[in-house]
Amino acid sequence: MSTLTPDSTQPLIFELGQEGRANRYVETGKPLDAFLPSSLLRSELPLPDNSELDVVRHFTKLSQRTFGIDLGFYPLGSCTMKYNPRVNDAMASLPQFRDLHPYAPDDMAQGALQVMYELERNLASLFGMAAFSLNPSAGAHAELAALLIAKKYYKERGEIRRDKVIVPDTAHGTNPASAAMCGFKVISLPSDERGRVSVEEIKKVLGPDTAVCMMTNPNTLGLFEDHIHEITAAVHAAGGLMYYDGANANAIMGNVRPGDMGFDLMHLNLHKTFTIPHGGGGAGHGPIGVAAHLVDYLPTPLVVATPKSNGDAMGSPSDRLTFALDFDRPKSIGPMRSFWSNFAHAVRALAYIYSNGAEGLAKVSQLAVLNANYVRVKVAEFLEAPYPEICRHEFVVSAQTLKKATGVRALDIAKALLDHGMMAPTVYFPLLVPECLMIEPTETESKETLDRFVEVLRGIVQTAQSDPQQLFDAPVTTVVGRVDETRAARQPNLRWEAQRG
Amino acid sequence: MYTPHTERDIREMLEAIGVSSLEELLRVPAAVALKAELDIVPALPEYQLARRFEHFARKNTGADAISFLGAGAYRHYAPPAIASLAMRGEFLTAYTPYQAEVSQGYLQAIYEWQSYICLLTGMDIANASVYDGATALAEGSIMAINANGRRKLLVSRAVDPNYRAVLKTYCDGLDVEIDEIAVRADGTTDLDALEAAVASRTYAAVALQSPNFFGAVDGLSPSARDAVEASGTVPITVVSEALSLAALATPASWGAQIVVGEAQSFGVALAYGGPYVGFIASTEEHMRRIPGRLVGKSVDKEGRPAYVLTLQAREQHIRRERATSNICTNQAHCALIATMYLSLMGKTGLRDVAALNLERSREAATAVSSIEGIDLKFTAPFFNEFVIDVHQDTAPVLAALKARGILGGVDLGRFYPEYATCILVAATELTTTADIAALAASLQEVVHVHAHAR
Repeated sequence: MSTLTPDSTQPLIFELGQEGRANRYVETGKPLDAFLPSSLLRSELPLPDNSELDVVRHFTKLSQRTFGIDLGFYPLGSCTMKYNPRVNDAMASLPQFRDLHPYAPDDMAQGALQVMYELERNLASLFGMAAFSLNPSAGAHAELAALLIAKKYYKERGEIRRDKVIVPDTAHGTNPASAAMCGFKVISLPSDERGRVSVEEIKKVLGPDTAVCMMTNPNTLGLFEDHIHEITAAVHAAGGLMYYDGANANAIMGNVRPGDMGFDLMHLNLHKTFTIPHGGGGAGHGPIGVAAHLVDYLPTPLVVATPKSNGDAMGSPSDRLTFALDFDRPKSIGPMRSFWSNFAHAVRALAYIYSNGAEGLAKVSQLAVLNANYVRVKVAEFLEAPYPEICRHEFVVSAQTLKKATGVRALDIAKALLDHGMMAPTVYFPLLVPECLMIEPTETESKETLDRFVEVLRGIVQTAQSDPQQLFDAPVTTVVGRVDETRAARQPNLRWEAQRG
Repeated sequence: MYTPHTERDIREMLEAIGVSSLEELLRVPAAVALKAELDIVPALPEYQLARRFEHFARKNTGADAISFLGAGAYRHYAPPAIASLAMRGEFLTAYTPYQAEVSQGYLQAIYEWQSYICLLTGMDIANASVYDGATALAEGSIMAINANGRRKLLVSRAVDPNYRAVLKTYCDGLDVEIDEIAVRADGTTDLDALEAAVASRTYAAVALQSPNFFGAVDGLSPSARDAVEASGTVPITVVSEALSLAALATPASWGAQIVVGEAQSFGVALAYGGPYVGFIASTEEHMRRIPGRLVGKSVDKEGRPAYVLTLQAREQHIRRERATSNICTNQAHCALIATMYLSLMGKTGLRDVAALNLERSREAATAVSSIEGIDLKFTAPFFNEFVIDVHQDTAPVLAALKARGILGGVDLGRFYPEYATCILVAATELTTTADIAALAASLQEVVHVHAHAR
């Protein structure tokens, strides 16, 4: 065992400690039955007692067994794993943000409301929407809100026959799943040979039962839907609504706007485009934006502003306003979550906007597209490129030919990358590209990092031809090798139990 | 801007791609080009940005007030070790642990979280977290609907009104009806009404909260439990103050099959409402209906113990419109914080914190209810929150307290017209004797003044 290399196993917290080894964070409490009859109390509390040092070591060791952006290149397609600036965390951790209770009266929460107001106004302008609600917790949550809005909108218009949601085959899995949660029937639309939604094909499925068409642009192949204005016009002509899945907004920010493309509803994943740390899978933040005719349906609450009689010193326009939470919105679909928003993330996202300004945000997207295309042309030298044209923030390659020649699959390439201190790209998505690797470098990576990634990937493809077994065995430098997923699913062990040990 | 590109980098990269400019890379049809000037805040250098946000923060005077606010979000002590560990970049900047070999640490932490939730609730399994308590109730209800196919839900009016509102939002989409059970005079759910309602055998689930929104310990009596079981209704327990799990009889002990709740109390900052962390736990029979991520323990190809995301056939990225839920993002980082909190506190510390919450809330209740003109509204035993009746409009009372630097509680009339003269008051281990004295002294003045004014 080395002092600096993690062991292959770290005991569970439940296997450490001794009963009574307590940390003195609070005073010793009286016995619980001094306050409640014992019939209402639990008989035992089978949790471990550990010293603070042992807990600190435990989680520090767990952190050393976890790969994040801070450790290396993370080209996970569709996830926008860009650098998460530390100043954003510092701002979110300011005590008067951190310790503010959601039921603090509006007049004692003016700073928090101002942050929410400024963020909402900036997003509306940046994406060409009339208004956003910061209520939904994540992208899929906002998709659900959008479909609830569509359902209510049609119900109020007496158009209850509109029960079909059109989803291209390149869409994220959350799109059809969200549609199903509102009772909509999903029509899957195949992409054309250019990897786009075809105007002719979509016209064939449009009709008086069309409710919503959910698209992302650029799509998950990284391609800009260049007929988007014709598609939105056709859907609108059929009486349907257009939904923009903002998962790929890092490709367009400040350059082109969903509102200008004709979209009626959209969401943003602030944890992608606006640098909120992903934190191992959340918390995210997924504001929903709408065009003017749908504002009344937005989930509550919204932040509303009224002019102050005298503005304060900083002199920015929003400093001359007074803010309040507005719950009284009779047409709203209602709230999507316990409290108003993932507020700490709103602070981070607004801080990121302040770091960049309009020009900076536009430049972010331009450089994200530059990085993706740079890697694309280099990788096309040794892996199949099913769509050899200018991409946006991400692109796909296929290991299909390589697999036929060597048996090496996209998964093996992914695992081999881990041995080089890099995260794997997204694999096997979108589903229409066989042996797909979806690569999104993001704008925060330097040319040197990209060059190194390309050379590592080139080396892996060469190894596939010379010694494929080496790739089937990968990864070998990680704390564990490939995990038996079949066993995990067939004999589920989802928790520690004392008798299991 | 956090972009490392030099002019030379850009030039060389454009050349490699074979285009002449960034504009050429981002060219779009004229029909969709930008139609308006962007109205965005000005770019600020980092030190000025910090000043701007400190300016915002200073306006949140509510963060510094003496606070008796609870109602689903609680002020508890969080040891600094949590922030120092949780803010490590490896945790903060990781994505969902799809690549298990380089995510063993995070996967293990989530497995520990799932285990903690099982141990606290008495349930067999727990998921890797959901957005918050309200969405946990909605998703837990969908599990029950999928289990027995019934299209109606029965929910106690003592369940957090925000949770019920969110449940309604979800149910409007699912075309599922919600009926409510009344609250008895003692502040707990009317179990006679509950027994009568479930006898119709039309409800997918019945949801009770304990401690309920009024702070009272609630739950199914043995007879109500039998009636619920006999009717094929799934009993769901809601827990919005997770700390209570350290003290109260487990939801499992009175028959819950699904336990949903909010774990913000375990070290997660108040942060004006989020992010928090919801949990869903259940008996084993509901395992394949549970939404969201699950971490399982398995072995690697050398036979070494290893953790991995499992039972993914339930999830949207595999099953699309046939998934158990559309959930993709969870609240992993908040769940990690809660796991750290539980590990640092341990059994002994948690018991102490729970005891102090019981003690301080009783001190506060005694002090406040001894004031003339103020009564405790309910008689049922409570955890760390209770309802006072001031027998007059609460708005001027709370405003007068606010003027004295005290956030006296949540106005119940906001959610329950029938309790328009009542205030929900919470006290935790952070509530001091001086805070309680200040509240009591202020209420004495305020309520007295208003009694005269009448």
